[in-house]
Amino acid sequence: MNRTVGMWLVIGLVGYCLLPWYVLEDGFWSTEWLLDGYPFDTDYAPALFLITQGEKLWLSPLLLPLLLPLLSPLFAHSPKQRANVLIVAGVSGLAWLAIQGLGIGLRGWNFDALTQLFGALDDRQFGIGFGGLFLTATFLFYLTTGVAGRGAVNGDVFVVGSIGLIIALVGVFIFFPIVQMLSSAVRDNDGVYSLSVFTAKFFENKIWGLGCLTGGTRCGVAWNSLFLAVLVGFSTTLLGLVFALVATRSGLKRGNLLRALTVLPIITPPFVIGLAIILLFGLSGSVTKLVADIFELQPTRWVYGLPGILIAQMLSFTPIAFLVLIGVVEGVSPSMEEAAQTLRANRWQTFKTVSLPLMRPGLANAFLLGFIESMADFGNPLVLGGNYDVLSTEIFFAIVGAQNDQGMAAVLAIALLIFTLTAFYAQRRWLGNKSYTTKTGKGDSGAHALMPKRVMWPCYSIAAIWTLFTLTVYGMILYGGFVETWGLNNTLTFKHYITAFGISWNDYGIHFKGSAWDSFWTTLKIAGTAAPLTAMLGLLTAWLLVRQNFAGKQAFEFGTMLSFAIPGTVIGVSYILAFNVPPIELTGTGVILVISFMFRNMPVGVRAGIASMSQLDKSLDEASLTLGANTWRTFTRVILPLMRPAILAALVFSFVRAMTAISAVIFLVSAEYNMATSYIIGRVENNDYGIAIAYSSMLIVVMLTVVAVMQFFIIRSDSRSGKSARSAQSI
Amino acid sequence: MTIQQQVSKAAPVEFKQVTKVYGRDVTAVDEVSLRVEAGELVTLLGPSGCGKTTTLRMIAGLEMATEGQILIGDTDVTKLPATDRDVSMVFQSYALFPHMSVLENVSYGLRIGKMKKAEILERTERGLEIVGLSGYGSRLPSELSGGQQQRVAVARALVLEPQVLLFDEPLSNLDAKLRRQVREDIRDIQTKLGLTVVYVTHDQEEALAVSDRIIVMNDAKIAQIGTPRELYDAPVDEFVADFIGEANLFDGVIDSVNGNTAMASVNGISFTALARELSVGPSRIAIRPGRILLSAAGSPNTMAGKIAKATYAGSHMEYKVSTDVAELFVVSDVESGFSEGEVVSVGFAEKGPVLLPGSTLSTTAIG
Repeated sequence: MNRTVGMWLVIGLVGYCLLPWYVLEDGFWSTEWLLDGYPFDTDYAPALFLITQGEKLWLSPLLLPLLLPLLSPLFAHSPKQRANVLIVAGVSGLAWLAIQGLGIGLRGWNFDALTQLFGALDDRQFGIGFGGLFLTATFLFYLTTGVAGRGAVNGDVFVVGSIGLIIALVGVFIFFPIVQMLSSAVRDNDGVYSLSVFTAKFFENKIWGLGCLTGGTRCGVAWNSLFLAVLVGFSTTLLGLVFALVATRSGLKRGNLLRALTVLPIITPPFVIGLAIILLFGLSGSVTKLVADIFELQPTRWVYGLPGILIAQMLSFTPIAFLVLIGVVEGVSPSMEEAAQTLRANRWQTFKTVSLPLMRPGLANAFLLGFIESMADFGNPLVLGGNYDVLSTEIFFAIVGAQNDQGMAAVLAIALLIFTLTAFYAQRRWLGNKSYTTKTGKGDSGAHALMPKRVMWPCYSIAAIWTLFTLTVYGMILYGGFVETWGLNNTLTFKHYITAFGISWNDYGIHFKGSAWDSFWTTLKIAGTAAPLTAMLGLLTAWLLVRQNFAGKQAFEFGTMLSFAIPGTVIGVSYILAFNVPPIELTGTGVILVISFMFRNMPVGVRAGIASMSQLDKSLDEASLTLGANTWRTFTRVILPLMRPAILAALVFSFVRAMTAISAVIFLVSAEYNMATSYIIGRVENNDYGIAIAYSSMLIVVMLTVVAVMQFFIIRSDSRSGKSARSAQSI
Repeated sequence: MTIQQQVSKAAPVEFKQVTKVYGRDVTAVDEVSLRVEAGELVTLLGPSGCGKTTTLRMIAGLEMATEGQILIGDTDVTKLPATDRDVSMVFQSYALFPHMSVLENVSYGLRIGKMKKAEILERTERGLEIVGLSGYGSRLPSELSGGQQQRVAVARALVLEPQVLLFDEPLSNLDAKLRRQVREDIRDIQTKLGLTVVYVTHDQEEALAVSDRIIVMNDAKIAQIGTPRELYDAPVDEFVADFIGEANLFDGVIDSVNGNTAMASVNGISFTALARELSVGPSRIAIRPGRILLSAAGSPNTMAGKIAKATYAGSHMEYKVSTDVAELFVVSDVESGFSEGEVVSVGFAEKGPVLLPGSTLSTTAIG
């Protein structure tokens, strides 16, 4: 038996014999169980103590696969046979864990068929805890070590283990919840499977109705969402292109201000733009009042609905389109444009016949991104939706509203998933590898041609107006926090900040008495825990994708990037459905928030990792390997230190995204673990705009600080190791 | 670390019918068998895409053979990954770890084992001394010149005292003047320490200068194995003749064979050459540009030619000469001074023409 297997055997034994088998009611980090009846109290007992007391006897078969590798020298003689033994142990252990976990729940047998087969079971079990977690890990790595032993990926235990770990995590935390959700969509409220229930719900008029075309009634939410998303996709792509052209082809000094503006949506909670729109165009908004005064019109609620959502989403997602398109526009090789010019094409002809066609895949990409973002957006429609219902908010209301219809929520979520996955698939399928642009920009000199005049002036004016508008909106947010009651009483005040973030001194020292502090600290804690885990997961995945070759790599990549296309509301619903009951009981804990952030933001880490890893010369890895280092050591000693900028970027990004997320969070928060964003939404629902806006400004400032500090470190570490890395490549 | 220890660690490498297939049907190396003796420097030479780098990477364990067997010393390493092989490699890009100092780079492989710190340091210093970089230990790779980085890469591979040391086009990133110096240094270190070295290059001059033996590869197969002299003087076919140095190729006739010697003739010139197991009849003939002699018209045992182009190249003259056989490329000394359009006699130097056994007869002339 080698060292890896020995280590996992010990971990498995610790899980089975020492740690509490079931989940702890008092929380992840609690230590109460150590003093409260451990190891004999059945709530806290390890599996071994449970079965010796004659309880939960279905846990006893797990010992066999756990100890099987110890016995393997008796009958397995070749390395291949020993690997097979490990695979058998791993698979049977995992299978039994799944069977007993899914089969026996809070009320005995989970399936009627089992009751009929074995008779009623007057015992029950909770979700698995530390003990079960450790044992699961042991079986998983038995399996991967065995697979490696049979020669997969050149027998590399670390690589196969990493692949196995990521597949298991993605399987449990992305595919399992989605499958649970699908299955709840085909059940009625009593839990009986019925396809007719699903079809009845799915093809309901509320989702697919076309009443708006024939006049009279409203259209279904699916059409609403689709229409909005297509509009947003087009308009953000157009605006993004305008900005990208202005930044690179206007002869202006580099558009550094424009680039700085792209940070804004990353650090802005998604619904904050919606709030600002209300401050401007709402019933008592500044612009509404101004126009009403001048033209003596009655102020209306026109902004609530499609116009408002559209404006807010355009403000939110144009910077994303800009980021995509600036790469595309810069990537068009100047020598091709110069070639066109030497062939007697004028600027307009060059632009029309060469530059624009070369950008086409990039434009399609930006459109699909805008489409997906709009579909998934939850905050803005929630704040500004009015009567214009879209899928993402309807899912929420199906769950929290009076109807509390989980099946309906699942059906709506499926409709939403169909749209986003189709767009995601289209993006990967048609555009994945189709890029005319030079990726590195190497080996191409020359300057970009300027825009033709008839393109330049419209671009300038659109860009100027939009920039002004964006700045106004953000100005509103900062200013709005200091106004007593917007539109009614415009006196300036610190009241909202004091209510939310008041601090006082008492006998025990500093006292955070403001109402927002609780959710603020929780948010920092959860985001701070999620960020390093997300970054690790993302970079490990990126490393496997860029540097390793293994069967099924394409499917692996698709699976890991998939969560990008799953809207947060869908994740939220599916997590509630999947993790509310054993075998994995997580709702109401902080852990479920951390996990949802990890898997929502993992694609970001993967992309950052892939981008920076493709910059590293592959011979660095190979040099380390030929010098006798194994893959684990190569990864930790060579790759990770060189990836420091990417690690920092992934850390910041996942931290900030966790701070600003709302869509999945709103389903998963609990009284104990409330997050800043859901607190703010709560204030908005109470029409308490002052505090909501003050809190939002606070978040923006905090995140701006975080981004700035991290940027400072990135630049520093970049100039230290990054420079030498680059110079090593250039020779 | 004594030199003797290193000599005793150097091991032979053997390929038995090794094939490497990428994907489904791209054969990079096709049933190659070869043997590199311990303490020998062997070059893998060939045009790009011929499979030489894949062969090298299979020795390193960075690629796994699809079929066949690879032996290092007496051990079958076919299935062993790079980590577990006692082989070091110097990469084309050097692959120095940019975040580690020179000392950390060179000691990287040593620090993996359970060696005492003092010994690691001693061996690292010793390695840097061998490549002439003592005192550079604390620098970062980015603070060194290209040639120095190259030597650090060599030191890093050397200190592990590998059974086989591999070089993947180590000179391609250096400028022309430095190349000569560095390749001599590599050869010196190799002979002094008695290392088994496999060296990949596409530069035939470099290969001729450093190797004990050269393996010429073409199209995933071995074209010829031999000492530099053998390859240059007795290429086995047109590809080798043309790839190692330049050659004029044309058809001739073998008139008689007597043991090892053959009498052959081309367009009225008769000459003797090594028979190379050929028999009487038509044959392909190769001759180096420098072994063709030009003289005033009407000399004996020559054929008539006309100078189509004369180029002054500093140290020598280059001529293109039209003859009835082919257009010949000729190099002669500057004094010869023929001018374009002049009619000359074309003759062969003693031992100049070579009969090519491996070539099928064709009518196209190369060179």
